[in-house]
Order: sequence, then C-alpha cells, then structure tokens
Amino acid sequence: MALLSLQSVNKNFGGLAAVKDLTLSVETGAIVSLIGPNGAGKSTVFNLITGIYTPTSGTIVFEDRTLNGLRPDLVTAAGIARTFQNIRLFSFMSVLENVMVGRNSRMHATIADSALRTPRATREDRRVERAARELLDFFGLTAHASEWARNLPYGMQRRVEIARALASEPRLLLLDEPAAGTNPAEKQALMRLVQSIRDRGVTILLIEHDMRLVMGISEFVHVLDYGEEIARGTPDQVRRDHRVIEAYLGKGA
Amino acid sequence: MSMMKRLLPIACGVFLLLVPLIDKNSSHISAYADTGGLVLLAFGLNIIVGYTGLLALGFAAFFAIGAYTYGFLASPLLGIHINFWPMLLVSAAVAAVFGLVLGAPTLRLRGDYLAIVTLGFGEIVPQVLQNLKWTGGPDGIAAIDQPRLFSYAFGFNPVPYYYLYLAIIAIALLLLNNLRYSRIGRSWMAIREDELAASHMGINTTGAKLAAFSMGAALAGVAGVLFAAKLSTVSPSGFDFNMSVMILAALVLGGMGNLTGVLTGAVIIGLLNFLILPQATNWMQAFGQLVHSNALANVDLNQYRFLLYGMILVLVMLFRPEGLIPSAVRRAELHAEQDIAIPEAAH
Repeated sequence: MALLSLQSVNKNFGGLAAVKDLTLSVETGAIVSLIGPNGAGKSTVFNLITGIYTPTSGTIVFEDRTLNGLRPDLVTAAGIARTFQNIRLFSFMSVLENVMVGRNSRMHATIADSALRTPRATREDRRVERAARELLDFFGLTAHASEWARNLPYGMQRRVEIARALASEPRLLLLDEPAAGTNPAEKQALMRLVQSIRDRGVTILLIEHDMRLVMGISEFVHVLDYGEEIARGTPDQVRRDHRVIEAYLGKGA
Repeated sequence: MSMMKRLLPIACGVFLLLVPLIDKNSSHISAYADTGGLVLLAFGLNIIVGYTGLLALGFAAFFAIGAYTYGFLASPLLGIHINFWPMLLVSAAVAAVFGLVLGAPTLRLRGDYLAIVTLGFGEIVPQVLQNLKWTGGPDGIAAIDQPRLFSYAFGFNPVPYYYLYLAIIAIALLLLNNLRYSRIGRSWMAIREDELAASHMGINTTGAKLAAFSMGAALAGVAGVLFAAKLSTVSPSGFDFNMSVMILAALVLGGMGNLTGVLTGAVIIGLLNFLILPQATNWMQAFGQLVHSNALANVDLNQYRFLLYGMILVLVMLFRPEGLIPSAVRRAELHAEQDIAIPEAAH
C-alpha cells in the first residue's frame, strides 16, 4: 500500500499552473526521487504536501488521511518531516536545541508544566535531550552539540537539518536538494546516510539535481517539467526517456 | 567563575532584602518599589519582544488593564471589594485575555507592521479609559483598597510593597527561567529565528505567539494590580505611550532576551526615573536657593527624562547595540561580521 499518494493534484498561482494534474505514489520503505529542471515545480510539490500551500484541486493522502489544507505543524505531527532547499536552521540556537525543537510535535508539556518544571516536564525534556543526542551521534555531530547552528560548515548544517527532521520520528522524510553545495566526498557520505535512514524504516521522497546521486539510490523516479510529469520509472528507464533528455538538454540534442 | 556565578545572585538577593533596614528614607523605598514594577513590566515585554521576536509597542495598555481591573473590583467606584491577593491572579487573567484579543488579529503581522498595530492599541486603551464615564474619566478611580496580610495593613507604607515586589519578581524570575529552557521557550525562539521552519517542526506558531502575548500581558496585569494598590488610585495618564517607551528602553538598555540583562536595564531606568531625577531636582533647587539663582531654583529635571532616555537609547545603539548584559545570541547577531567566521560553502 502506498504511504503517500497524490491524486490529480493541481496548484495554480493566478494564471500560472505550478503543478499540473500530478499523480504519484510513494510506497512504504522506498526511496523515490522527484527530478526536473529548475522551476519545474518540485519544491511546490513539497510545499503542497507539507501544508504551506493547499492544492487548487486534487487530493493528497498520507496513510489514509487527507492532508489537503492541514497546517504544517499538523502535517509534521501526522508523520512527515522535511528539509529545505536553502537551509533553514535556527541559526542562533545550539545544534542540540535545533534537534530538540524538531521533536516538538512528540512532546506534551504545557506552558504550566514548563513554567513550574513539573516532574513530568523534566522527565520529558530529559528524554528528548537524550534522543536528540543519540541522533547527533548517528550523524557524527556530537562534538558540535553546543555550537550555534550557523557556525557549522555548510555540509554539516545540511546534516543538522536532516537530524532535526528525523527528531520528529517521521515515517516519511522529504529531502529538498540535500546535496546542493556539497563536495563529491560529502555527496558519497550523503548517499550512504540517506540509505541508512531508509534502513531505519523511514520512507524517503527526494528532490535532487545531482543525477549520479539520484540514479545511485532511487528505486523510482518522477520527472517534472513545467509543473507536469513527463516521465516516471526506474532510474534506467528514466535515463533513456527521450522526453527527459529533451527537457534537460533541449530539442535536437 | 562558576562559584561567583552562583554566589552573586544570592548576595544580590540578601542585599535587596536588607535595603529597607539600611535606607530608612521612605520616599527612597517607594522609588525602589516602583522600580520593581518596571522590572515586572520589562519581564513581560521580554517574552514578546526578546524571546518570540514580535516587536510590540503600546505594552503599557496591559499594565493599564491590570490596574483598572483591580480598581473596578476593589474600590468604592462599583462598591465591590474583592481581596487583593486573588486579584493578582484575576487581573493577570484579564490582561492575558486582552493579550489574546490583541494577539489574534495581528498574528500575520511582523516587524514594523506589528509595531504600528500594537502602538495603536497602546493609544486606544488610555483614550477609552479617559473618555468613558464608568471608568472614572480623566480622574480615574480613587480610594482603591490596599492589601492586608492577615491583620497587617499595607497602607501607604512603601516597605511592605517593596518586599511584595521582591517576592513576585523572584517568582517571575524562576518561572521565566524555567520557561526559557523548556519546550515552550524553545518554540518561542524558533519562531523568532524562522517562523516557517518552526511550523515544520510541529510548532503551532499561532498558539505559541498567542501564548507569548498572553504571558507577557499577564505579567503586566500583575504589575498593574501592585501599582494601583500602592498608589490607591489609578488614572489614564500613567499608561500612555511614554510608559511603553520606558519599558522598551529598559529592554534595549539591558539586553533583550536575557533575564539578567532585562533586570539590570529595568533597575537602571527605574532608579533614574523614580529616584535619581527627582532627587537631583531637589538638590539643584536647594542649591539654586542657596546661591540665589532663579534658574536653578526652578529647574525640574523630571521634564527632561525622555530627553535622557532618548540619549541613552542613541548611545546604546552606537556603542553597545546588544545592551549591557545581552543574551549570547543577540551579541552574535549584532556583531556577526566581526566575531564569527562565515562558514565556507564547502569545506
């Protein structure tokens, strides 16, 4: 059964159709990629899934639940986490606090609990800190736990963002160009990381420009161009599709 | 160093407890107590501006609402006389509700736009209080009940108010410090840093911002009750824009987002306003009479207080924009170019 499915989703901004009649599904446990030239509408798809935008028409279903119109915080609570194309860490909070914030939707402490530091809130906070430290350990960031997020090198910030997303214990992780701006060695490490996240039971939907990375780890690929799906299939099928080659290189290439 | 850090607050606390025994001048104690009021107000505004990053002007409106709530429910005006102690909570709750009322329609606003709307609210509240009949009009409410503790009546003696302020500030400090390092505090700061990312962390940004507004307003409400009880009277004139500016000045001077900084800023501004300016005026007038100088004998430094705040704000912005005792965060924000190596695109 599909974990996430989009059925005939459209999104118009005024006269511009950013996403046209998109139907796709992500199977549980898969690594699925969304590729396409700049401006193809990939990030818009993420924003539709996570509740920043509401689809003009069509439905988005996650585990039998319709996500249309659900607020971003509730989408996160439902089990979907994401990273951003341009890193959006909380710059002036420590790496540890960033990851702890990521767990917010799994916490129950109320204002009164927090202000009075009730045993319940203290226990919960300790548990969350421990879980956050374990994640930092997994991502090799333990040494930087108390540094400000903004002080880390770029590649590491990308990893903090993924750790922060995983802190909410998502069943689906949306990665928006995680390899952007990283060097080849970091890309290799990232590929292994994405696979090991999947092996921990998190399904992954990936937007990526780096074709070697996409082809290396994806089980299924959807190609968008001008908001429309122009091809879908396994990496090998997509690579040979003439419409994909056209979209990327232009006609007559 | 950590020994120092632990002992310093205790030493300060003990010193503050002894102040009324050292300084027997009751007008001084009264000024210290009023300074305590400013500290509470600055704590409240700090939640909204310092933690959550929502620039709210017109904060004195919540102070007014707290004071008038007590005035209505504990004075001959309506013939209702509810006990002072529960009124601390009632007024806090009423002010918190007004915090929600103001917060709800302004949630989509940020920065300058939010500042303008809250500024409007800050102007409207004293105007309404002044122009309505049943709020006592420009004269306000007189003969407000003063607190009793068991058989001890506070009356106009400033000493018990001073201790009451100390106690409430200590409680507020404890609660706010707890909040800062909790799920709620982290949510507020995440919103300050990046609201969109915060909402994707599962933070209900609407709820968190409303919580910040109502918590801040509640503290102002408590300060309002204490203010009205100590003076035994309230009138609209005490809650105008100048008051809001004074609270914000305390925050900017001390350092937003850091409780120690906010406390320091509020104490400095409070002492300047309530003690130093009136005292210096007295001395200059006395000196003027001594040397038969009319100009000096009639000087009133209190008139220049906003000139002074303005100068302080300008100087702070020029030389220490993060405030005297900033949170580490703001220091870095404001000195980002000098102090912090910009991360390389790829290393």
